[in-house]
Amino acid sequence: MTTASTSGPARAMGPSLQQQRARAAFWFLAPMLFALFLVAAWPLMRTIWFSFTDATGNIYDGKFVWFQNYVRVQTLDSGKTMYRGVFFDPKWWNAVYNTVRFSVVSVIFETVLGLVIALVLNAEFKGRGIVRAAILIPWAIPTIVSAKMWAWMLNDQYGILNDILLNLHLISEKIAWTARDDTAMIAVLIVDIWKTAPFMALLCLAGLQMVPRDIYEAARIDGVHPIKVFFKVTLPLIRPAVAVAVIFRMLDALRIFDLVYVLTPNSTATKTMSVISRENLIDFSKFGYGSAESTTLFAILAIFVSLYIWLGRVDLTGETSR
Amino acid sequence: MKRSPMAILWNVLFYLFVVAIVVYAIFPFYYAIVTSFSTGTALFEIHYWPKVFDLANYKNVLFQRQFPRSVLNSLLIASTTVILALFLAVTASYALSRVRFRGRGLLLMVILAVSMFPQIAVLAGMIEMIKYFGLFNTPFAMIISYTVFTLPFTVWVLTTFMRDLPIEIEEAAIVDGATPWIIITRVFLPLLWPALVTTGLLAFIGAWNEFLFALTFTLSEDQRTTPVAIAMLSGASVQEIPWGPIMAASVIVTVPLVVLVLIFQRKIVAGLTAGGVKG
Repeated sequence: MTTASTSGPARAMGPSLQQQRARAAFWFLAPMLFALFLVAAWPLMRTIWFSFTDATGNIYDGKFVWFQNYVRVQTLDSGKTMYRGVFFDPKWWNAVYNTVRFSVVSVIFETVLGLVIALVLNAEFKGRGIVRAAILIPWAIPTIVSAKMWAWMLNDQYGILNDILLNLHLISEKIAWTARDDTAMIAVLIVDIWKTAPFMALLCLAGLQMVPRDIYEAARIDGVHPIKVFFKVTLPLIRPAVAVAVIFRMLDALRIFDLVYVLTPNSTATKTMSVISRENLIDFSKFGYGSAESTTLFAILAIFVSLYIWLGRVDLTGETSR
Repeated sequence: MKRSPMAILWNVLFYLFVVAIVVYAIFPFYYAIVTSFSTGTALFEIHYWPKVFDLANYKNVLFQRQFPRSVLNSLLIASTTVILALFLAVTASYALSRVRFRGRGLLLMVILAVSMFPQIAVLAGMIEMIKYFGLFNTPFAMIISYTVFTLPFTVWVLTTFMRDLPIEIEEAAIVDGATPWIIITRVFLPLLWPALVTTGLLAFIGAWNEFLFALTFTLSEDQRTTPVAIAMLSGASVQEIPWGPIMAASVIVTVPLVVLVLIFQRKIVAGLTAGGVKG
């Protein structure tokens, strides 16, 4: 950071002003904290509470059942032992698998593609402004709209994508992209990468533009190959920026709902954790069970973020560098 | 000085790549526009270039459905949410960016964590709250629930903006005996306008595009927001998907957004990268 705001102006003025400012700070924060408590903390706690009940359509009918939504061991009359609950639900694990697969693949592609586009935009050429504007368009389009646009382009009979691929002789017959189990995930990935790679490019570009130009100059004079410069100089320098962008995208990907719900409705090959949780909560009226799934998703994300920040030493708030 | 053939070749390849990026980025939207002007059999033939110009799909969406009502709902919900969030965020981010107090770093982390929240995790609790207050199937359900992502986002971005404002103006105001409230309203607010516009626009886009809460908290067609309306747009029968009207509706809701984004291009990029990449 360039601005020197080490302690604010208060330190020189003595403790009373500091105290006065701290008191004011509390009242300035109070409305925001109350609002966040109301819309985030409270509903989250209620969701966790519901996950310990067997509530159904009428949410207040549920009894407290401890962890039975998560793990339930039943012994049938025949003597057979059955394991039930979210942790033993193959549908849930299928959703976890779908979500993780989607997130990892999409984020890898988006990061690589984003970096490539960012490197292009970092070069100086005529029409750079136009390109930068053009790549903002996918980001500006609402997800539902892009899902519908691509659903039309991916349509089996009248879709333009099949037409292009047929003309290029890349496929021999029309593919029902969103309906087939083996291509549904590819369809979701295509749309998500299209929509988010430009966003990644902008984040990477912001990182690239902070690399001092004279570093490249020095490398050029020393005769270092551009590819070596990229891996030895550029990449290490923009690593913090990319690391932050990747975690933001990863969290976004892990909670994906709208694109999957609209592009490939009811496909088991793409159903993600968010989709299956909502399905149980709303469509199947299994309020307690759906809450248990939502809570598990929340726990998975929390563990993932903590690990990432801890292992990667990522500084998200920018507090320590000040 | 003549350029070597090798350099020219590289230049050509570079520009081809640039063109490929642009086509990749805008083709789907371009194709949606082409489709939105096609009707009848033209809709089901593949045209790479516009061939017909028929406004029937737009007429269908604007006059034969509840779609204009959905646009109004979305406008009302998104602008109310944004104004509410900005109002709460300005004072909060002053405290977070300019005043040192214990636990500030932790509080910033919590706010960031909430903005990254999986919305499904609060859905069950939110349903209970919305029903308890009798707000189900009203715009208030969305206005309240959207605060969960607009508020932390605006607080976060405004905090990073305010951090970078020079300390001297504030010092001068303190020497003159200004209270923190005066400092915010008289000193910071005039400087913050550009940041408020950018942040507000980004939060507006977020609220305008939201789907999960809007899908869950609306029941009747006249309460739907535009994303839900587009997702639910149906034809005469279940099998028949009205692609023409869907594309027309898509173009209607997207064009204003694209225009806004292109106007505020530089500011948006600055706002998106604030906090994340700086520091």
